Amino acid sequence: MRADQILHPTPQGLYCPPGDFHIDPTRPVARALITHGHADHARAGHGSVLATQQTLDIMAIRYGEDFAGQVQPADGPIRIGDVTVSFHPAGHILGSAQIAVTPDHGPKIVVSGDYSRTPSPTCAPFEPVPCDVFVTEATFGLPVFKHPDPAVEMARLLASMTEFPERPHLIGAYSLGKAQRVIALARAAGIDAPIAIHGAMQRLCDYHIEQGIDLGPLIPATADQVPAQLVIAPQSAFSTAWVQRFRDPVIGFASGWMAVRARARQNGVELPLVISDHVDWPQVTQTIRDLFPAEVWITHGTEDGLLRWCELNGFPARPLRLVGYEDEPE
Amino acid sequence: MKPFATLLERLAFTPARNAKLRLLRHYLDSTPDPDRGYALAALTGDLKLRSVTPSLLRGLVAERVDAQLFTLSYDFVGDLAETIALIWDSEADEDIPLHQAVDLLQSTGKSGLPAAITALLDRLGASQRLAFLKLATGNMRVGLSARMARMALADMGGPPVAEIEEIWHGLTPPYQPLFDWIAGGARPENAAKAPFRPVMLSTPTDLDQLRALDPTEHIAEWKWDGIRVLAINDGGIRRLYSRTGEDISTAFPDLIEALNFDGTVDGELLVRRGAEIASFNDLQQRLNRKTVSRAMLASHPAGLRVYDLMIWQGRDLRDLPLSARRALLDAADFGSDRIDASPVLDFTTWDDLAALRASPPNPVIEGVMIKRRDSAYVAGRPRGPWFKWKRDPMVVDAVLLYAQRGHGKRSGFYSDFTFGLWDGADLVTVGKAYFGFTDEELRQLDRFVRQNTTDRFGPVRAVKPELVLEVAFEGLNASSRHKSGVAMRFPRISRIRWDKPAAEADRLETLKAMIG
Ligand SMILES: [Zn+2]
Ligand SMILES: [Zn+2]
Repeated sequence: MRADQILHPTPQGLYCPPGDFHIDPTRPVARALITHGHADHARAGHGSVLATQQTLDIMAIRYGEDFAGQVQPADGPIRIGDVTVSFHPAGHILGSAQIAVTPDHGPKIVVSGDYSRTPSPTCAPFEPVPCDVFVTEATFGLPVFKHPDPAVEMARLLASMTEFPERPHLIGAYSLGKAQRVIALARAAGIDAPIAIHGAMQRLCDYHIEQGIDLGPLIPATADQVPAQLVIAPQSAFSTAWVQRFRDPVIGFASGWMAVRARARQNGVELPLVISDHVDWPQVTQTIRDLFPAEVWITHGTEDGLLRWCELNGFPARPLRLVGYEDEPE
Repeated sequence: MKPFATLLERLAFTPARNAKLRLLRHYLDSTPDPDRGYALAALTGDLKLRSVTPSLLRGLVAERVDAQLFTLSYDFVGDLAETIALIWDSEADEDIPLHQAVDLLQSTGKSGLPAAITALLDRLGASQRLAFLKLATGNMRVGLSARMARMALADMGGPPVAEIEEIWHGLTPPYQPLFDWIAGGARPENAAKAPFRPVMLSTPTDLDQLRALDPTEHIAEWKWDGIRVLAINDGGIRRLYSRTGEDISTAFPDLIEALNFDGTVDGELLVRRGAEIASFNDLQQRLNRKTVSRAMLASHPAGLRVYDLMIWQGRDLRDLPLSARRALLDAADFGSDRIDASPVLDFTTWDDLAALRASPPNPVIEGVMIKRRDSAYVAGRPRGPWFKWKRDPMVVDAVLLYAQRGHGKRSGFYSDFTFGLWDGADLVTVGKAYFGFTDEELRQLDRFVRQNTTDRFGPVRAVKPELVLEVAFEGLNASSRHKSGVAMRFPRISRIRWDKPAAEADRLETLKAMIG
């Protein structure tokens, strides 16, 4: 079988005919394999869902227990139709996985989903899986994206908290994954005081703690007076009246996009923090070099840059132009 | 240069003035000489370096990066220096002192410059590369005035800002003698002629407050609507400074030529055609121009109306009482018909003065000044001896169209309001105001914006055109940059007209008719 007979793009998402399943479908399908719990990859309403136990738990928290007809936790190689699938850590968020699809005869394909090679206390590290076709994102697929060491960004946050001790620091972070990554990084940087979290991320933080991730003391950022200098909230909260309880706050935002000043300005941010849970340019190009696949397929992002790099470096590559995935959720 | 790069980045994203000042002061406190002096000069635009052209930089990066990848990246980032700083492929992150970078740009010959820049970029991390490239292209854009820089210096705990301003113009980067003085050393000898002297400012008043004062102990004069300046002829060296200490001599060569006296005088810069004083709008035409055309010099001649003498014919008069200074001012010969003394007003009671203020003889008058006869000339804004009693502001009823979220203390509140007036059946934007209201009114406006949003663009919301705001302002200028054709001076929201239907707001014609 050729690679595009094993996996090809459809309006619902990537489809595998010999196994009759979709990977990260953006519309309801009979059988879905899901890489991770971000809303653009994990949607409710599928007939059955195969994913890591943590991704299934996260989907239940976000959509309710009945988010799918049937669920099955991924554990070891699983035979589906005429292919074997297996899940491998992607280093993106808690529970995130790459999905390897191995046919009996033909090329092995790894769909990496969203992934990162920057170590995070919140999830297992990316595991390189040798393959013939590597399916990659290109969220930060331009050579300007070289994310700094997160510890350096944390040092900048700490410096600002020291420089402006009377001002609360409100850091925008996506509720699932980024928020917990930022909290864990803050702990690693030596911030021991209680960190306040917006109500929208309470249950997801609780779940991380249940899974054994040390987030330290967290308090809700809901009272009129929030006794914490560091507050984590989804970016969307900054345009609501919720912010008004804070006196003269420093508004920050944790995102890979903050590396570009114009992006930071659009968001009205005073303290841009370049903290990402996606591969940056050196990581994505190094991963392709490491795996040395016969072919590279690019799902979403700034694929033109990565296509050009593959061309310059002799990797046959093609864009899948999958629609429905966000750049990096904000 | 790491601390400098960090400072630049923080300043670029920090909107509040006080927060900017604190960042700068911490930098100055913790950075050794001569780097902090060079940083200060770079931020205020006083550092004269060989300017590196964009085409030189493009050439450097073309040798290192695939053209197509560079184009894609530049399209995304939107700024050349930033794109190069980010895309430059070097793993190094040395901390190179700022003065080394300055030295490279000051002393490298033109032919050696590309190789020198490449070699330096290879040793720096991304944020330092950006700082260096901004320095090299002379494009800091962090919103820091020279005045703020001097305030940050004063915050370091040494001499007050007025004393720093007096010597500032005699110093050059990296300001070593200044930092020595701040650290407790000797006051730098002021080598420069015609130094800036900080001016004396007034506080606002009104009739009720004036009634508590004795009119016989005060003199009054018109408050002219021009630019407050310091005009100096110090042994033949002539200079014009704005009241914040910016040297504006080059914009007004005609007035410089007319400073045929020996002294330092405080007055109002005006456009005057013979005896006639022209509007602020006319003066506006002369501002912010690096070169002034001969036609402009003829059609908009600059003049000076003198309020006070600080130094006159070799004598520092600032400790004398105003009455003594005024006697010398009335007798002074300025050697030019472009310069005269601002006349003293004749009044006995505060009600007399109120009557004069209500019907000034010239539209360029924006109120009256009231000064104690015994007041010495003191730098800054002491409370008491000098008052300004401005004419009542002009007002229009406008319709709220857009609101933008504020920063700092106003985070989370829609606090910057754009308003418009009727032009036919349309509302045309005429201005923007972000003060004038109380905290309670801000909460009410914020609620209105949230409940009446029709569209969102980043931090800005469009609202249903339903709320009428009474907007007060100090004057109007014709403006080709504004779609409405007019620009308001100091607009603020004086009242929220919850009662008034939007259809009854004012029309653009009404506003245009107010142009003086
Ligand atoms: Zn994701
Ligand atoms: Zn994604």
